[in-house]
Amino acid sequence: MTTLATVFEKARAENRAALVGYLPAGFPTIDGAIAAATAMVEAGCDVIEIGLPYSDPLMDGPTIQDAVHRALENGTRIADVMRTVEGVAKSGAATLVMTYWNPIDRYGADRFARDLANAGGVGTITPDLTPEEAGPWRESSASAGIDTVFLVAPSSTEERIGIVAECCTGFVYAASLMGVTGARESVGSAAEGLVKRTRPHAKVPICVGLGVGNGKQAAEVAAYADGVIVGSAFIRRMLDAPNEREGLQQVRELASELAAGVRR
Amino acid sequence: MSTSEGTLITPADFAGAGSSGEVSERGKFGVFGGRYVPEALIPALDEVAAEYEKARNDLAFIREFDHLLRTYAGRPTTLTDVPRFAEQAGGARVILKREDLTHTGAHKINNVLGQALLTKRLGKKRVIAETGAGQHGVATATAAALMGLECVIYMGAVDCERQALNVARMKLLGATVVPVTNGSQTLKDAINEAFRDWVTNVDSTHYLFGTVAGPYPFPGIVRDFARIIGVEARRQILELTGRLPDAICAAVGGGSNAIGIMHAFIGDAGVQLHGYEAGGRGLESGEHALTLTAGSIGVLHGSRTYVLQDDEGQTIESHSISAGLDYPGVGPEHAWLKDTGRATYHGITDAEAMEAFALLARTEGIIPAIESSHALAGALKLGRELGPDANILVNLSGRGDKDMGTAMKYFNL
Repeated sequence: MTTLATVFEKARAENRAALVGYLPAGFPTIDGAIAAATAMVEAGCDVIEIGLPYSDPLMDGPTIQDAVHRALENGTRIADVMRTVEGVAKSGAATLVMTYWNPIDRYGADRFARDLANAGGVGTITPDLTPEEAGPWRESSASAGIDTVFLVAPSSTEERIGIVAECCTGFVYAASLMGVTGARESVGSAAEGLVKRTRPHAKVPICVGLGVGNGKQAAEVAAYADGVIVGSAFIRRMLDAPNEREGLQQVRELASELAAGVRR
Repeated sequence: MSTSEGTLITPADFAGAGSSGEVSERGKFGVFGGRYVPEALIPALDEVAAEYEKARNDLAFIREFDHLLRTYAGRPTTLTDVPRFAEQAGGARVILKREDLTHTGAHKINNVLGQALLTKRLGKKRVIAETGAGQHGVATATAAALMGLECVIYMGAVDCERQALNVARMKLLGATVVPVTNGSQTLKDAINEAFRDWVTNVDSTHYLFGTVAGPYPFPGIVRDFARIIGVEARRQILELTGRLPDAICAAVGGGSNAIGIMHAFIGDAGVQLHGYEAGGRGLESGEHALTLTAGSIGVLHGSRTYVLQDDEGQTIESHSISAGLDYPGVGPEHAWLKDTGRATYHGITDAEAMEAFALLARTEGIIPAIESSHALAGALKLGRELGPDANILVNLSGRGDKDMGTAMKYFNL
């Protein structure tokens, strides 16, 4: 199993940023998601975030909403998410689950952490779990030996950045802009400043997400962050492709472009 | 204006933390409440909380709010005895708190006036809001027009259709109405979309939350601005009957009208508090909005509370004939009132609500909102249980003009 620590160590040794790709489980199908994520890893992603499809994704823009909706229509369950993690982890990437809090809360925090660790997952990103409410989850994760990633945002005060960074293991997720997920024309200008402000508080690497969609943007972000996170742009390619095979090819091409970007 | 004589509200009427078991730390009601939102929104929520804390202790703010309630919203609203209606309630005395007589026709105006004033204090020029039945949307558009704020309302596409009249009202008032076409296309999805707008435009925008749900500090703020309903009613019923009522009945969707009338009576141990949720086509049908009655504890829209959810935490879509009660979550303070046993919650089916809707119209000449009709139906049942000596206070939270389309179909009018 590849851990986040190993990933960032390797990237640092190669004098580059790590590439993190996101895809929801069950989209376009359960096996289709495993195949797409594996293609992303083969083409250069170091870390994969598997999204746990949730009925009320209030931090996600239309692209991820669409994919998640399809995944839920396909009947994707938490067992399928775990199976997806298991499949993707075999490809050699450090594999996390990105999920809103309620599905973990309902499943049981200890049980979720244990099952994720058993599936080969290395941690979670929980975008709506604030440090104030995160105590039990941090305990469950620590006992299962998985990392907990939380988010900082351009609006975060120094004090908040300190509080959030304190709770992060694995890496700190810096949201590049104020808004929901989705590829943008340009990466928010606030991102670099946020990384700078976060640096003194972070004991772990800092990755930037939201709005990154091509190699040029990846290169820009890689200049100041330890990792570049891309989600919607992969999904967009899959949604726009005429069939699954073509979608897979598109995903592979984008991952290669981004992988070249983080090495520039 | 003096703060005592002739004034509706005083600083004491703002409940504040601790008054009903609410722990000041991040707005917890026992285990319920809290904040489950993207970190990006935390500074905005902190800002709203801090500004509200200042406002509720500021006499100038309270006077301004009081003045608007009196001269714009039409407060105080009256109590109305409904003896012909009450004949069907086991002879108990049924007294209505007439929030339907406020400007815009529902209790929602109280909260929006307070929050619109708060928006100005925050220095923000744009408000967004979610709406189910359209009443909160209309009220928000009204307050925005009054105070010169830009206004965008998110409304489920299904709700836009069944409440077309309210959509037109909002547009006439200058608001932009955005139909939300994802998910169940009702209130819960409108809330998701409003949060997405807020996280994008938080610098310029206040999210004028419409019910006592959502992340801290919304449940407490919305309650405090709605609390005037119960504060007034308590004074009025003592004057009218010489004693406190035996029971209070209110409809519960998100729970703002219910908390609004209940809160001032929480300390009165002899007053039963009854909330009525939308039973839709009945519990067994699975098509209902029985969040407190049949839901389980979870997190929805930023708050720990009772939620309609499946075994893996996916929200289950609710159903009700009344758009305003069609919501799979509920305010955390109601969750707490339920678990402590202080309030009791029941289901009222679509059919029972529509029967009460028609009965009040026929016997008293008052056409209630279908939301409020759930409380009326509850009062009919409760009256038969409590008997003829009981006084029952019902929050008639809104008027039924907006529901005529539904009524025409339902009754073949």
